[in-house]
Amino acid sequence: MKRAVLCCCLLLGVLAVAVPLLAQAPVASSPAGPSSPDPSKDLNEKLAQLDQRVAAAQSAGDNAWMLTSAALVLMMTGPGLALFYGGLVRRKNTLAIMMQSFAMMGLITVLWALVGYSLAFGGDGKFIGDLSHAFLRGVGAAPNPDYSATIPQLTFMVYQLMFAVITPALITGATAERMKFSGTVLFMTLWFFVVYVPLAHMVWGKGGVLNASLGGKFPCLDFAGGTVVHISSGVSALVCALYMGKRVGYPKQPMPPHSLVLSFIGACLLWVGWFGFNAGSALAAGGLASSAFVATHLGAAAAAFGWSAAEWLNNGKASALGAISGAVAGLVAITPAAGFVRPMPALLIGLIAGAFCYLMVTKVKAIFGYDDALDAFGVHGAGGTIGALLTGIFAQAVVNPIFGDGKPVGARDGHWGQVGNQLIGILFAWGFALVGTIVILKITDLVTGFRVSEEHEVEGLDITQHGEEAYYLES
Amino acid sequence: MMKLEAIIQPSRFESVKDALREVGIEGMTVTEVRGHGRQKGHTEVYRGREYTVDLLPKIKLEMVLPDKLVNTVVDTILKTAKTGKIGDGKIFLSRVEEAIRIRNEERGESAL
Repeated sequence: MKRAVLCCCLLLGVLAVAVPLLAQAPVASSPAGPSSPDPSKDLNEKLAQLDQRVAAAQSAGDNAWMLTSAALVLMMTGPGLALFYGGLVRRKNTLAIMMQSFAMMGLITVLWALVGYSLAFGGDGKFIGDLSHAFLRGVGAAPNPDYSATIPQLTFMVYQLMFAVITPALITGATAERMKFSGTVLFMTLWFFVVYVPLAHMVWGKGGVLNASLGGKFPCLDFAGGTVVHISSGVSALVCALYMGKRVGYPKQPMPPHSLVLSFIGACLLWVGWFGFNAGSALAAGGLASSAFVATHLGAAAAAFGWSAAEWLNNGKASALGAISGAVAGLVAITPAAGFVRPMPALLIGLIAGAFCYLMVTKVKAIFGYDDALDAFGVHGAGGTIGALLTGIFAQAVVNPIFGDGKPVGARDGHWGQVGNQLIGILFAWGFALVGTIVILKITDLVTGFRVSEEHEVEGLDITQHGEEAYYLES
Repeated sequence: MMKLEAIIQPSRFESVKDALREVGIEGMTVTEVRGHGRQKGHTEVYRGREYTVDLLPKIKLEMVLPDKLVNTVVDTILKTAKTGKIGDGKIFLSRVEEAIRIRNEERGESAL
């Protein structure tokens, strides 16, 4: 009892000393107040200081989200896409297809740091950037106000890099099970410079001819890469598949996926990573990011539903492969729209994309007979195209007043002209990818060759291209 | 001595094995095999492409039996392996000339 009383007394004593000290603290921090010759100057100084701190706080918040997003987008390539594609091929080609994704993480990163970033986002050319940021010169902690005023340019650079990594990796789905590794490295290097970098500049770069907010002639809405990433890779994938021809034994010989479990995990990682891809494309951690996040999720879910429903009606069963393919198709289609549409249109875009891509990979592919092995065109080319078109219809100023306050954005706002702009962007991306890819294919074929020999194809790319096996069952 | 080979449904294997142990069977060799009889497999669909899977997984039991046990074992397998649906498999019996235990070179039924 005595001890308790003593404790209370001590506590009171401490409080008696501390309270006046605490109360004085704010006063004590401005001792110059009354004695300063010009109180308003002092106030301005304080306001400026406060502004700086607010900006620093916002920058910290935005930067945290953007670094997280960059990591999420990298996760889409490896392990996401590598597992998704890896499970869809036959066992003998598992490592080869995974390696094609992984190689992009290395190759494109190096190219991007050397000159790629500068050519995509330096300067204000109509079709391509310049070399002002070559070797990442001038890319540091200070923001680049043209693109993102609140995050270090280094963050912006590394975030955009992750897009450049996954885009060529998507193409490998069409050429799976028969593309040479040397040919892959050369083709992707050329493709990066000839197709990706110029297109990224034209759509997202300052002064780019298709840029919606930074002075483009044909403002094409592409929030997170419907044209730059999905149409470009999907159309190039189709060209590659046509150029290369069918796999030995296609379509007579069965070529079922060797592990849908891997594909399942990969697709789920893609879904999660896509939040970085789309919501990160707000380039800040504000309300637009939330809007894009929700649209992305709803689009994916509705498309999984759309594909499964179409499959169920056609086949009598909803397959796991169908559900995950649908989700990816929805994610593709919502990519250009994510930062422009409200939640209900996002659901609709997903639903349409799911059913549309189902028809593309099951019916259209069979009619034309091209061997787009893992449906890179059927999902990314087709999904990207329908998504870019629907963006023009459903984009609303209330979500993202990209053309200025009060100006209508998409057809939902009464601006039907935007559908035309979207069509121009789509046609341009199609044509650009088509021509660029044909030229590159010819060059690659002359230098390294593009396709493995029939003997190697039958033996499998893991052993013939990389000298190892994915599953060593005897050990 | 008779050799018995039975091809059965994988789903019935555990029951067959337990039932055989109860009637006194001490050894058997089991292999996971693939094959088909008249039932001809099933179809699988991946992104619209149909594949006919005509070789289905089955279990093959092999055992060499003293003559007096043959009928009991056949009856036991018939009873426990049967689902009544197509694809239940078959039993083959054949005569065996000789059996030799490697460890001590015993011969005939006593080697079983």
